Amino acid sequence: MSAPSSPSEAYAEFVKGIWKENPVFVGVLGMCPMLAVTNSAVNALAMASATLFVLLGSSVLVSALRTVIPKQVRITTYIIIIATFVTVADMTLAAAVPAVHKELGAFISLIVVNCLILGRQEAFASKNTLWMAFVDALGMGLGFGFALFCLGASREVLGMGSIFGVSLFGPNYEPWVIMILPPGGFIMLGLIMVVFNWAKFRKGAA
Amino acid sequence: MTASAQPTLPQTKEPSSARLALTLAVAGLVSGLILVMAYEITQPRIEAHRREALKRAVFEVVPGATKLAKLELQDGTLVTAAEKSEGPSVYAAWSDEAFLGWAVSGEGAGFQDTIRLLWGLTPDGSKVQGMQVIDSRETPGLGDRIYKDADFVAEFKALANDPKPEVVANGQGTAPHHVDGITGATISCKAVVNIINAGNETWRSKLPATPAIQAPSGGQP
Repeated sequence: MSAPSSPSEAYAEFVKGIWKENPVFVGVLGMCPMLAVTNSAVNALAMASATLFVLLGSSVLVSALRTVIPKQVRITTYIIIIATFVTVADMTLAAAVPAVHKELGAFISLIVVNCLILGRQEAFASKNTLWMAFVDALGMGLGFGFALFCLGASREVLGMGSIFGVSLFGPNYEPWVIMILPPGGFIMLGLIMVVFNWAKFRKGAA
Repeated sequence: MTASAQPTLPQTKEPSSARLALTLAVAGLVSGLILVMAYEITQPRIEAHRREALKRAVFEVVPGATKLAKLELQDGTLVTAAEKSEGPSVYAAWSDEAFLGWAVSGEGAGFQDTIRLLWGLTPDGSKVQGMQVIDSRETPGLGDRIYKDADFVAEFKALANDPKPEVVANGQGTAPHHVDGITGATISCKAVVNIINAGNETWRSKLPATPAIQAPSGGQP
């Protein structure tokens, strides 16, 4: 390993992905899966785990191979690496949890083009040690998952009156259907970002 | 992970084209190998899930069924089909004592994408006795009520096939061949009935009142 990495440094890299540089709320990356599959908490969690798996796998591999991959073909190589992990995740989900896989449909394969993942390879993993790349990927992946879950859970509660499929308000609740349709995704994402930025601003001002 | 201490990409001079091509070739090769391995490991489970789901659907659309056999047309007669056969096929379903009917699958255009259905016919084909949506991408909250709305699904528990089933406005169904539609999902409802009608057209004339083969033992096709 080259650069020395103290525990506190690693901790900082880990936390930044979850809060300060949250890929969704701050980076506004990965909007396609963010909006498409967050109509329920379960879907959001499944997408988050698949993305985390791909991000961890490819970051570690890219970091390990960073001295071997010529920079002229690095993006192509990253994409091959990412696509391999995505396809493995796709098949694994289909074999393990067919119902969730059916719900997510094409969006699993589309993790390949999630700019969050390629972005982390180019901006971080290709320039840092294996351990730091791992920590960064873990933080970013969990940050992405946190954002997906916030959106998925709130949309499910409003749009279907349930959470994880468990009804919350009884049969008299008239579901707010638009929340689980695409416009609801945009509206909810906007609202959550307002809250997130407000919280950050207040913290900064204090 | 060599002695290189600089955190940036360490290449200083231009690598040869051969090196670039080699890098990509190796990456592609390794990736291919991994994918083949993953495919080999997961495929049997995926296939099993698919067959299991289809079998559950058959038992669902032919109430009381416990055994089934997959049949396909060969030169105008129904013969037992191989489990993995991809051609047009129907399922014959039995309870422990008697022949209960057929399960027919069909697909057609829905509101957003292809809808795939499975529905049960009585032995003489005169009635639909159950319907299941196998695959669809209808609008959540609207079109997806074709399988989430229990009342709509129940419309297919005893639906006369003569004259052809048709969709009527919700609550307006009077005749046995009327299907109460869902407000807000008219196109999806019509698509379901159209698929059933098209499938009935193809299959009803070819299905005997009792299949030529015996119920399989043990409930396995």
